[in-house]
Amino acid sequence: MATDAGPAINPIEQFSIHEILPISIAHVNFSLTNSGLYMLLAVAVSCLIAAIGARGGSGVPGRVQALAEMGYEFIAGMVRSAAGEHGMRFFPLVFSIFFFILISNLVGLIPYSFTVASQIIITVALALMVFFTVVFIGVKEHGAGFLKLFVPSGVPIYILPLVVAIEIISFLSRPLSHSVRLFANMLAGHITLNVFGGFVVMLLGAGAATGVLAVLPFAMTIGLYALELLVAFLQAYVFAMLTCMYLNDAIHPGGH
Amino acid sequence: MAEAQQTQTEVGQEGGSHSSFPPFDASTFPSQLLWFAIAFGFLYWFMSKRALPAIGKVIEDRKARIARDLDDATAMQQKADAAAAAHEKMLAEARANAQALAQAARDQAAAETDTKRKALEADLAGKIAEAEKQIAATRDQAMTNVAEIARDAAGAIIERLGGRPADPAAVKAAVEQVRS
Repeated sequence: MATDAGPAINPIEQFSIHEILPISIAHVNFSLTNSGLYMLLAVAVSCLIAAIGARGGSGVPGRVQALAEMGYEFIAGMVRSAAGEHGMRFFPLVFSIFFFILISNLVGLIPYSFTVASQIIITVALALMVFFTVVFIGVKEHGAGFLKLFVPSGVPIYILPLVVAIEIISFLSRPLSHSVRLFANMLAGHITLNVFGGFVVMLLGAGAATGVLAVLPFAMTIGLYALELLVAFLQAYVFAMLTCMYLNDAIHPGGH
Repeated sequence: MAEAQQTQTEVGQEGGSHSSFPPFDASTFPSQLLWFAIAFGFLYWFMSKRALPAIGKVIEDRKARIARDLDDATAMQQKADAAAAAHEKMLAEARANAQALAQAARDQAAAETDTKRKALEADLAGKIAEAEKQIAATRDQAMTNVAEIARDAAGAIIERLGGRPADPAAVKAAVEQVRS
């Protein structure tokens, strides 16, 4: 959400990557960047909340304790309902994904900070991680039976080839929709926020007469910010929910 | 657009394509992937091995504690109910006892009064009978005297009229005839 005070406001600039700690291994740039730093920050905040939740304390939970337990039961309920009791071994994975996205999105909404999920490489990495987990678990547990995923039961034989083709395409395109949904939502939200924030600055900079009009984009920015808070949570929820549903396919491939 | 300024801020000027759109700049991908792996790997390890089992235990412990407390409360409630029932029963028994005692006392008192009354009545009846007997005796006596007087008077009347003493037996019979 870095906003230039000058007249030329570039809403894309907030997504640029800066090196903080240059590291180069075999001529490949592995530097710690602002992206890496905010990932570590999101992980640190998530771990802090979870650690406080794990400490337990007295019988009556405090705020952070209640937050950690609420997150635990929320995700546990999500995994249980979407993937069944067998899916509970993926609970730590879904929990980690949800908190990683949620906390990094919320941290990204702090002005001048960086939104990790606005980097498509990160959302692709998350989505491919889920995709390969699904394929790995499915093949390991069901072998060729995993292919039943592409053959829905109760479909007439003459349209089966078409259905199987569609199923395979939809399965392969999952990582794409899974990652682009999160990436595009965060990107678009932050661009919009930046644009309206930029209007405020431009109107204020143009003089007293137009400065009064700056109230309008300012109100818009506040509304958008509230919306972005919702989107930050919603996208983490959607990502985790889809992860649960994909994992359910790995556990019960025939269960369409 | 500040193209020059923007390129400066990007990572990896020494190689790779320079996209004007930072998220699509492939030169930043290796470092982002590495740090993502480090960050997410640590997060997953921490959550799966440390935090989540502990949070689960905290929640289970609290649930168990609440269940135990509720059970305790139920048991205590039952105890209290039992105590209240026992108390009620004791009260009822005491009331019944009291009523029985009162009834017995009333019965005894009534019986005593009855006996006394009967004794008194018997006494009075005896006295009445005695008095009546006495009255009858007195009257008989009086009647005997009346007969004697009547005989004497009749004898005297007959003697005065007839000039000779009357037959006592005839007089007596006559008097008896009149009296009866």
